[in-house]
Amino acid sequence: MSRRVETVMRKLTYVEALNEALREEMKRDERVFLIGEDIGPFWDGAFKVTKGLAREFGTERVRDTPISESCIVGAAVGAAMTGMRPIAEIMFGDLLTLAMDQIANQAAKIHYMFGGQLKVPVVIRSPFGAGNSIAAHHSQSLEAWFMHTPGLKVAVPSTAYDAKGLLKTAIRDDDPIMFFEHKICYTTKSSVPDGEYLIPFGEADMKREGDDVTIFATFWMVHQSLKAAEKLSRRGIEVEIIDPRTLVPLDKNAIVESVRKTGRLLIVEEDCKTCGVGAEIAAIVAEEAFDFIESPIKRIAEPDTPIPFSPVLENFVIPDEKAIVKGVEDLLKA
Amino acid sequence: MPVDISDTEGIEKETLVCMYRKLLEIRRFEEKVWDLFGRNLVPGTLHLYIGEEATAVGVCANLTVDDYITSTHRGHGHCIAKGANLNKTMAEILGRKTGYCKGKGGSMHVADAAVGNLGATAVVGSAIPIAVGAALSCKLRKTDRVVACFFGDGASNNGTFHEALNMAAVWRLPVVFVCENNIYAMGTRISNVTAIDNIADRAAGYGMPGVVVDGNDVVAVYRSAKTAVKRARSGGGPTLIECKTYHHKGHSRFDPAKYRPPEEVEEWMRMDPIPRFKAKLIQEGILKKEEAEEIDRMVVEAVEESARFALESPFPEAEEALEDVLVKAS
Repeated sequence: MSRRVETVMRKLTYVEALNEALREEMKRDERVFLIGEDIGPFWDGAFKVTKGLAREFGTERVRDTPISESCIVGAAVGAAMTGMRPIAEIMFGDLLTLAMDQIANQAAKIHYMFGGQLKVPVVIRSPFGAGNSIAAHHSQSLEAWFMHTPGLKVAVPSTAYDAKGLLKTAIRDDDPIMFFEHKICYTTKSSVPDGEYLIPFGEADMKREGDDVTIFATFWMVHQSLKAAEKLSRRGIEVEIIDPRTLVPLDKNAIVESVRKTGRLLIVEEDCKTCGVGAEIAAIVAEEAFDFIESPIKRIAEPDTPIPFSPVLENFVIPDEKAIVKGVEDLLKA
Repeated sequence: MPVDISDTEGIEKETLVCMYRKLLEIRRFEEKVWDLFGRNLVPGTLHLYIGEEATAVGVCANLTVDDYITSTHRGHGHCIAKGANLNKTMAEILGRKTGYCKGKGGSMHVADAAVGNLGATAVVGSAIPIAVGAALSCKLRKTDRVVACFFGDGASNNGTFHEALNMAAVWRLPVVFVCENNIYAMGTRISNVTAIDNIADRAAGYGMPGVVVDGNDVVAVYRSAKTAVKRARSGGGPTLIECKTYHHKGHSRFDPAKYRPPEEVEEWMRMDPIPRFKAKLIQEGILKKEEAEEIDRMVVEAVEESARFALESPFPEAEEALEDVLVKAS
């Protein structure tokens, strides 16, 4: 596990940090190119992650596509197999369903089923997350599906700093990478150094140190957990927040070590509870730190519904600061 | 007398003889695989290409070692036509460590990266977008390489076909789409699931040329592919070639193919691409009968050798199942 390097130079939004990572890597390696819907000069990407890149690098390397998710990913896979380093953008994570064969049966399996002859160094970027009242087809968090598919690596950055360092690493990696972003995190700011840096996959970040309860969280739930932690701290309860940053590879050691210290684990996640990422984390801790657990592992998650539209409904199903505070209190009572 | 095929005028003798040998390599190889399967030496199932050889051979005769192909679950023919080593192919089909994929792929997943065979995918239609990506890569890397993408009539009704042909056309990518219309997708007749007679007619809807060709006439396939490859190589964009053909055996090794009318099977047996081409070569004085038979003998020997090689090869160690999931695990 690594702590962030405190060489703060400036504050960037998560979107700006991703944009910088893309720009730097496109400058560094001419094999890197972008492919996706509305990522080019007319729209700059639905969330502006590719802003200005088509103007800087040309539309051969920043390619607006037809609305053909399966072919966007398939073409990226084919280009990756033959010497390029494509980055495909799928505008919303929900639309990954349209490209599922190319991701799960092709990208994930080509290296293995062809006996290691071919590599697929592709990055597939896509945002998850609720909170914008855009309902059931634009709000899901589906990272567990990909964590469940051998042959893929999975990144889940929560901050601008992590997003930039992880994306640069992803682009240089020889395996297919599912690089998930978060729509609410897009506008959050954090300190990002001026110079180049890479964040290795498989190294969790302790977003807060504490002795009483371990919180495992990703994406926006890291931010919600940090807010909850401040409240709890005023009452003398110190939580430790572990942000895995990548789900594959997973820094199991960081999670297990923290639980061994605190004896209590709260998992906060925005994806559905059943067979979500948290279920796997709970199982790992049960297997590897059972003797250290002082109270039953607790999960706060989306309650196995589609994401509803109306803010009242949406707020009800997405874990928030209050739910996290209560979760910690319940754990300490147990 | 076999049904006549196109004249060979203007095609070099070396090319013609090479195509004849490749046709036989695929035929004899698959007959051997069929035989080994019957002796319980081939795990899983088989989708044999017997009867369709002229399609792969006629197309691949226009490709260089730097060009790419994508293949299907019925892929042995594509693999051999693109230049695969018979020993390593046979070993893969028998699940041996010495196979192209170290026993991880089998009959439905042979790849041969060294000669540009990007591999056989067994989800129908799934390799069409991958071929588009390889062609995009050829273009972005400023090479003059081309991609031949093989798929069946069944795949032409998958969404990937539409997405891929549109994208290839709009970007004028160097890819030749080769639809092997063998009339059946498993047991489903193409005419029961497609309202037009020729899949190649769809090409017009994407803005690319569409060509229908007798897929059992290797010379006709060769000539159509030559035009399409030249067009792709020179920046003219993609072509859809529909090869009308037929596999002599059923869909897979377990399929007696009782849904096919006997007179239809008989008619297609008469259209067998190998005797037709052999008769043409002899008729035009390109090969003597004895020379043609000598080639066959040499091919049979090479195929027998591949079977010996495969059968003498070790199986992988069981723990190798854990290798190659990722290039680098952390």
